[in-house]
Amino acid sequence: MELFANQVLAGIATGAIYACMALAVVMIYQAIDHLNFAQGEMAMFSTFVSWQLMQWGVPYWGAFVLTVAFSFAAGIAIERLLFKPLAKAPILTNVAGFIALYAIINSVAGLIWDFTIKQYPTPFGSSPFLGSQLISTHQAGMIGITVLLLVLLFIFFRFTRVGLAMRAAASLPESARLVGINTSWMIALGWGMAAAIGSIAGMMIAPVVFLEPNMMLGVLIYGFAAAVLGGLTSPFGAVVGGFLVGIFENLVGTYIPGVGNELKLPIALALIVTVLVVKPAGLFGRPIVKRV
Amino acid sequence: MSAAEEVVTEAAAVEAVPKRAMTLGYGTSLVVLAALILTPLFVKNFIIFQMTMLLIYGLAVLALNILTGGSGQFSLGQSAFYAVGAYTSAILMEHAGMNYALTLPVAGLICFGFGFLFGQPALRLSGVYLALATFALATAMPQLLKLGYFEHWTGGVQGLVVTKPDAPFGLPMSQDMWLYYFTLAITIAIYIASVNLLRSRSGRAFMAIRDNEIAASAMGVDVALYKTLAFGVSAGITGVAGGLGAIAVQFVAPDGYTITLAISLFLGMVVGGVGWLPGSIVGSAFIIFVPNIAEGISKGLSGAVFGVLLFLVIFLVPHGARQVAIIAQQLIGKLKKN
Repeated sequence: MELFANQVLAGIATGAIYACMALAVVMIYQAIDHLNFAQGEMAMFSTFVSWQLMQWGVPYWGAFVLTVAFSFAAGIAIERLLFKPLAKAPILTNVAGFIALYAIINSVAGLIWDFTIKQYPTPFGSSPFLGSQLISTHQAGMIGITVLLLVLLFIFFRFTRVGLAMRAAASLPESARLVGINTSWMIALGWGMAAAIGSIAGMMIAPVVFLEPNMMLGVLIYGFAAAVLGGLTSPFGAVVGGFLVGIFENLVGTYIPGVGNELKLPIALALIVTVLVVKPAGLFGRPIVKRV
Repeated sequence: MSAAEEVVTEAAAVEAVPKRAMTLGYGTSLVVLAALILTPLFVKNFIIFQMTMLLIYGLAVLALNILTGGSGQFSLGQSAFYAVGAYTSAILMEHAGMNYALTLPVAGLICFGFGFLFGQPALRLSGVYLALATFALATAMPQLLKLGYFEHWTGGVQGLVVTKPDAPFGLPMSQDMWLYYFTLAITIAIYIASVNLLRSRSGRAFMAIRDNEIAASAMGVDVALYKTLAFGVSAGITGVAGGLGAIAVQFVAPDGYTITLAISLFLGMVVGGVGWLPGSIVGSAFIIFVPNIAEGISKGLSGAVFGVLLFLVIFLVPHGARQVAIIAQQLIGKLKKN
């Protein structure tokens, strides 16, 4: 039983990473209705920017704030420059655009900062948390930040005018335009916010997985899985999904014999697909009602 | 976020392509065919090998096109079917000593069954959820092939080496050239069969499902059957392509069939034009040659150059090669009138 509890705890710690990423994925899905394959690379690039700032002597929290601001602006710029012209293009063409963006960011980051693995500092320290060996203060801090982000997002979407306008633009664009909401800028804002959340996720994840241009690949896959599991329409679901995927992954690795690191991913994905077959809109997503 | 969105009219993920716009005219087809037959006589073996790969990837893109452009379902798992086809051929050739040509129908049949079965759970999913499920299949496949239980047949991480066939009947041809014509014959046969399939009753059923699933079922189309059938046909063709690929490359290994392959095939479909079968070969050319061109322009930034080229293509022609063909046709029409 103690083994079980420990593994669940460790799963929650890794799950926090996925939850952060899943939150960013859901944000952009809300704004543009697509899964952004370049999300992880955008987060990776932001993390490198913060690392560079720290190398130049900026203190951690200063670099943190600057990076979030930079990512917000960069997200909006990417939408305005690259994806606004594609708004009328078929969905699959947009997906190809995400893949192109992925290739560009990955390769540029590799050229600027090369592919060697770098240490990344944590503001929370890495001593054991409350005497537990499995979860460090950094991981506890990461969980705290994820929950804080979730609460802030809830307040933003629930109680502010801009949040309301964004929700309107995402759910019924035509009607939103009729009441005077600039839906095109709401999409740009969605990109900016997703990029900013992604950068926070990146900076929280980097001390765990280390900093290098390919650091986000695995995380993004789990992040997608978490978002889809929780339901793409629900930020809360995304966070719960993230923790669930982390716990699944750990328990599968512990209790099913012969499952090495190689098979963890396929089994976690298979479980998720099974859940989806039973609940096609994810655990917390709203089923889409179609008009005939 | 949980906005009250009670009624959503969901736009079809793939736009409607009329079935006549899915093929080329006779004249153009003959010109392309002549080019494909004559070119190998004048080029070096390495280029012939590349042209063979062009046809093989073309087949795989065509298969995805039938699934996505035809029935409106989306798959990121084509690399898994490709891998199953490749391994079926390789294992039958190396362990059972079967003739290479005979392994292909077997590969196709096994993949058809596999795809048909995979289509069953996929029935419940659509859009991004289906993308995730197929994506899971694609990431799982290389790991499954590496498993210790199958190592006796699959060769584990090492993979299997496949012998390249000689030209039969003592034809004075290099192995590469023979394999090219062999592939070409199969490609043409499958292309014609696919065109006919999409023109048939089943093909119309696929397209009805793509355009409006509810209306299709109201008109008596067995949605579940035709959706799984589309998966099966697509997987079967991909399996044949995989088998041919194994023979052409003379080697199969788990790491040759990762998600990168599935993404390449997807890009090939978009560049060629979703739902336009002849575009498959254009898309296949894009995914084979453009990474090389990008590497040639800049070694360190090859990924970025590839991305920029891809952006250029989708900015200029969001509908892929199909759009180019339509523009060309209109221009020719105007010239004829003048």
